[in-house]
Amino acid sequence: MMRTSETVYKYLRPNKKFPHVWCPGCGIGIVMGALVRAIDKKGLSKDDIVLVSGIGCSGRMSTYLDFNTLHTTHGRALAFAAGIKLARPELTVIVVMGDGDATAIGGNHLIHACRRNIDITALIINNNIYGMTGGQYSPTTPMDKKASTAQYGNIEKPFDICKLVEACGASFVARGTTYRANMLDPLIEKAISRRGFSVVEAMAQCPVQYGRRNIQGGPVDMLQWYRDHAVPVAAFKEIPPGEAGERFPIGVMVDLDEPGYIDRYKEIIKKAGGEV
Amino acid sequence: MKKRNDVLLQGNEACALGALAAGMRFYAGYPITPSTEIAELLSIELPKVGGIFIQMEDEIASIAAIIGASLAGAKSMTATSGPGFSLMQENLGFAAMAEVPCVVVNVMRGGPSTGMPTRASQGDVMQSRWGTHGDHPAIVLSPGSVLECYTLTVHAFNLSEKYRTPVIVLMDGIMGHMSENIKIPEKLEIINRPKPTVPPIWYRPYDDIPGGEIVPLVPFGEGYRYHVTGLVHDALGFPTLVPDEVNACLKKIIYKIKNNLHDIIRIEKYLLDDADICIVAYGSVARSAREAVNMARQEGIKAGMLRPITLWPFPRFNLEDIGRKVKVFVVPEMNYGQVYGEVLKACHKKVVRVTRVDGELITPDEIMKKIKEVTI
Ligand SMILES: Cc1ncc(C[n+]2csc(CCOP(=O)(O)OP(=O)(O)O)c2C)c(N)n1
Ligand code: SF4
Ligand SMILES: [Mg+2]
Repeated sequence: MMRTSETVYKYLRPNKKFPHVWCPGCGIGIVMGALVRAIDKKGLSKDDIVLVSGIGCSGRMSTYLDFNTLHTTHGRALAFAAGIKLARPELTVIVVMGDGDATAIGGNHLIHACRRNIDITALIINNNIYGMTGGQYSPTTPMDKKASTAQYGNIEKPFDICKLVEACGASFVARGTTYRANMLDPLIEKAISRRGFSVVEAMAQCPVQYGRRNIQGGPVDMLQWYRDHAVPVAAFKEIPPGEAGERFPIGVMVDLDEPGYIDRYKEIIKKAGGEV
Repeated sequence: MKKRNDVLLQGNEACALGALAAGMRFYAGYPITPSTEIAELLSIELPKVGGIFIQMEDEIASIAAIIGASLAGAKSMTATSGPGFSLMQENLGFAAMAEVPCVVVNVMRGGPSTGMPTRASQGDVMQSRWGTHGDHPAIVLSPGSVLECYTLTVHAFNLSEKYRTPVIVLMDGIMGHMSENIKIPEKLEIINRPKPTVPPIWYRPYDDIPGGEIVPLVPFGEGYRYHVTGLVHDALGFPTLVPDEVNACLKKIIYKIKNNLHDIIRIEKYLLDDADICIVAYGSVARSAREAVNMARQEGIKAGMLRPITLWPFPRFNLEDIGRKVKVFVVPEMNYGQVYGEVLKACHKKVVRVTRVDGELITPDEIMKKIKEVTI
């Protein structure tokens, strides 16, 4: 317990007017805990970290953490982050987004960030819903699930975020859940350590806007659902095709660690006769 | 490109070189006619000075990236035209609200919508003032020559850094594509971002200092950890809904401009001292207007011209002054009368307009015709 509270005091802003905006039982705080533990483990200085976030419940995380923080516009966090990282490559840039933020309004920026491979870590908090605006369906809401704008059930096919970013060229891709919070820490830590564009998808419960409509019970039941449906990548591969049902893989999906945009841009500067 | 002195340059090229001279080291953009030459030239020149050029996936990302780069300490810019300028509006408001310096160049083409990509227009004057939602400040500069495309871009960076706000360089397609022989100024004032005078723990990035002093924006990564948001915020940058703090936040971003009109507004007066007729014209149309004034003078008509170099904040007080002396205003512009409406508001004199929206430049003859109509 001692260690936990020390980390809290080290990374939470003393001057922000708490309490935070998140509902009781929300999973975003669990992901925030994993993020600060990962940063703490890496021993990075708070001055050298820039935390950029989009708009939504997830996007509010930047308000509370004691880094250089930027709360941007809905969907655009990655584009702001690209500017920061390119202008000051020595900084560690981490971007927190919601599922709607990252894959609906920000979908174009996400796919191009993967392709461009600028050294940024994207932490996508997937609660399968638009939490902040009151539970409308998002691009990751599963088929047939209910949302405030899908009262008869969702008829749109959801994105698999990890597959999406892998196909677009992200050099590190991983998924975890709030149920296995301790597994999230090393995934995030690895993502930060890798060169190029890294994505961690953190499945996090939104009991208020998603669970209420779709899962019997409260936050604990949602966590148990993650426990029962999240399967480590290796074991998931053993499941015969078509038999996975609602189960999904967790762990590291892609780990390329290849040179990114900034290394290549340095070559351009040399070609142009400039000084790096 | 080598340092050149007496050179033939296009307006767009002059704008790009002016930006480099101002110390711009980060450009993000998306191609669009008639602004593209700015990006193309900068993609060659920026790497030579160790700067960053990046072509983003769209204009929304472009302006987002330059705001990010500015927060990391780089003087940054993007350039676009109508459709792209429309896409930038949300983040333009973000830069105004979060008080992040940056320069946005809009080389106006015929609108609305995709309009006329290869024909010039001045149809975005009101959009450059009110395009983003909510009450917000706006500084918009309008060059009237290739030389001014250079000098006003430098000036745009200076105002942007000084007032911690986005500045728009609003050129028309003719200005952007026109070539002129210019002498690149050897020495121009360059304003760089001031350093903070307090240690991190005392730093209040959004403080409202009595007397209007503007808190220096410290780049990310220099030990001053603070929060930046497009939400209404308190002096530390944290979101607030406390009415007093809300008022302070919004008042500050507006009044830092309103209280410094004398510093921000630039105009040119041409033969106005004894004039009965004042033409108000800007951008490429001002060149025709100047010629029309000369023609009128030859015929013994006392015409003169006021050219707003700063379009926003609008030089209302200058117009009020001139309105006391002249009998009539003639406002030629390549839209249906966007500045005309502002002139009407500023003076209780007769105001007539000469408008064209067909992509063609307004000629001196057309303006002269209107001058004759109003002199009878
Ligand atoms: C341009 C724009 N459109 C719409 C909104 C309204 N809006 C705010 S948050 C949000 C959805 C957030 O969902 P998600 O990204 O999944 O984040 P969550 O709240 O679930 O963490 C929307 C639609 C906005 N702020 N800006
Ligand atoms: S609405 Fe959902 S995601 Fe948002 S704070 Fe509440 S529980 Fe969390
Ligand atoms: Mg969500």
